[in-house]
Amino acid sequence: MRLFDPHIHMTSRTTDDYAAMRAAGVRALVEPSFWLGQPRTSVGSFVDYFDALIGWEPFRAAQFGISHHCAVALNPKEANDPRCREVLDLLPRYLVKDRVVAVGEIGYDSMTPEEDTAFAAQLALAVRHDLPVLVHTPHRDKASGTRRTLDVVRESGIAPERVVVDHLNELTVAAVLDAGCWAGFSVYPQTKMDEHRMVTLLREYGLERILVNSAADWGRSDPLKTRATADTMLASGFTTADVERVMWHNPVAFYGQSGRLDLTGPAPDIGESHEGNSIERGPRPAARTAAG
Amino acid sequence: MIDALHDTLAARLPAPQWERLGQWRRRVSESPHDVREFFPRAGREIGRGDLVGPAETGHPCRGWRTDDAARTLLLAALPQRGDDLVAELRWLYETGDAAERHAVLRSLDPLDLRADTDTLDGALPLVHDALRANDLRMVTAAVGDYTARHLPAPAWRHAVLKCVFTGIPLSAVSGLDERADPELLRMLNDFAAERTAAGRAVPPDVATFLRAHPAP
Repeated sequence: MRLFDPHIHMTSRTTDDYAAMRAAGVRALVEPSFWLGQPRTSVGSFVDYFDALIGWEPFRAAQFGISHHCAVALNPKEANDPRCREVLDLLPRYLVKDRVVAVGEIGYDSMTPEEDTAFAAQLALAVRHDLPVLVHTPHRDKASGTRRTLDVVRESGIAPERVVVDHLNELTVAAVLDAGCWAGFSVYPQTKMDEHRMVTLLREYGLERILVNSAADWGRSDPLKTRATADTMLASGFTTADVERVMWHNPVAFYGQSGRLDLTGPAPDIGESHEGNSIERGPRPAARTAAG
Repeated sequence: MIDALHDTLAARLPAPQWERLGQWRRRVSESPHDVREFFPRAGREIGRGDLVGPAETGHPCRGWRTDDAARTLLLAALPQRGDDLVAELRWLYETGDAAERHAVLRSLDPLDLRADTDTLDGALPLVHDALRANDLRMVTAAVGDYTARHLPAPAWRHAVLKCVFTGIPLSAVSGLDERADPELLRMLNDFAAERTAAGRAVPPDVATFLRAHPAP
């Protein structure tokens, strides 16, 4: 089984997670930029974070045969902090990088005027850089926040099929699909969405323009929820082709709109050749680091 | 080396990509700041992957990736020399993703060897940065000929030791036989003793090297 997790924060996960994901079938993922639990107090913290997303984290993922791409943005929560707002000026530098396949996560947290400004500015950046967008919907006041999100997306002029609106549920999915956007679902151990509800939604709404992710991060979450959803689909009568469609072809189609998705091998971009031997080819011990 | 990269890319890139690289090089020679626009795009718009096949023994560009070679030609087209060139290399490295940083590191040797320029030893801080990285691609790119020529002995010995610790083959380290000194041999012998005491294997290339260089 081949899985693509279209939204997971690997920076917060361990090498054990990478090993378990690989064993479960995960071969590719996209790591959107988000907040880190602890608020950042300067633009420099974002520079280091973004640099890790286009440097260290793809290397870490490749050690487990997983292709890592990312989305870069100022997240809605920290868009409210005046110390972080200059991050918007920094983004163009990152939006031209090879492994940056989207702008995200952007959207609303508390629906403040500051969030309005950052959201609109970053939608414009996505249009300018010809990149798809990953939009986070607020956890509080979600239905109203989702409606407003779709209004802002419409006003921005971006093509709706280049936008995924994420963290949806039974009450928000219809409006997003009707608007022509992709619908993202974050399958969580307790909150957001679970795999059984997810399968019910797939029956009702079909497989087109649906993305299923684990959105695993530093909180209580599970990087194997993509696999759990795939298993639940099969147990509920969906075919392996259906699973492949939702869990692989859909994310490839969505992020492929960037023109930068590189899935040429299980571990692309890795493997410095020396005398014809690649030091990164084949499995590497999970715990091996530069500390030996 | 730059001539070899030029001729190999000319022969092996598809015509549209070679043409585009030519346009970029002309732009950069007249308007150096534009290198910052082209440098990140070189992988996806010019080419990636090995420039020379593993079977082509003796080819002067062996071990070069197409994106590294293309970026090196771009840097070679810059009009700056000396400290001004180093400043631009530093900007591109510090704002680069892994592939761009790799290319800057790979470019140091050919740029340093150009006949029309002073030595580029001012770029050593980039090598130090790469040697502190945990990303083995960076460490590997940082133990090339430029480093062999310029890195002071204490840092160079630790670079060799880091390769040994992280599984980068000693064959990747430029100038190893020429620069190996008694202190490096002591460090490698201590490493081998530590591994043996722990019941772990000494990597075969290290064992071979130590047999060929008996401790004084």
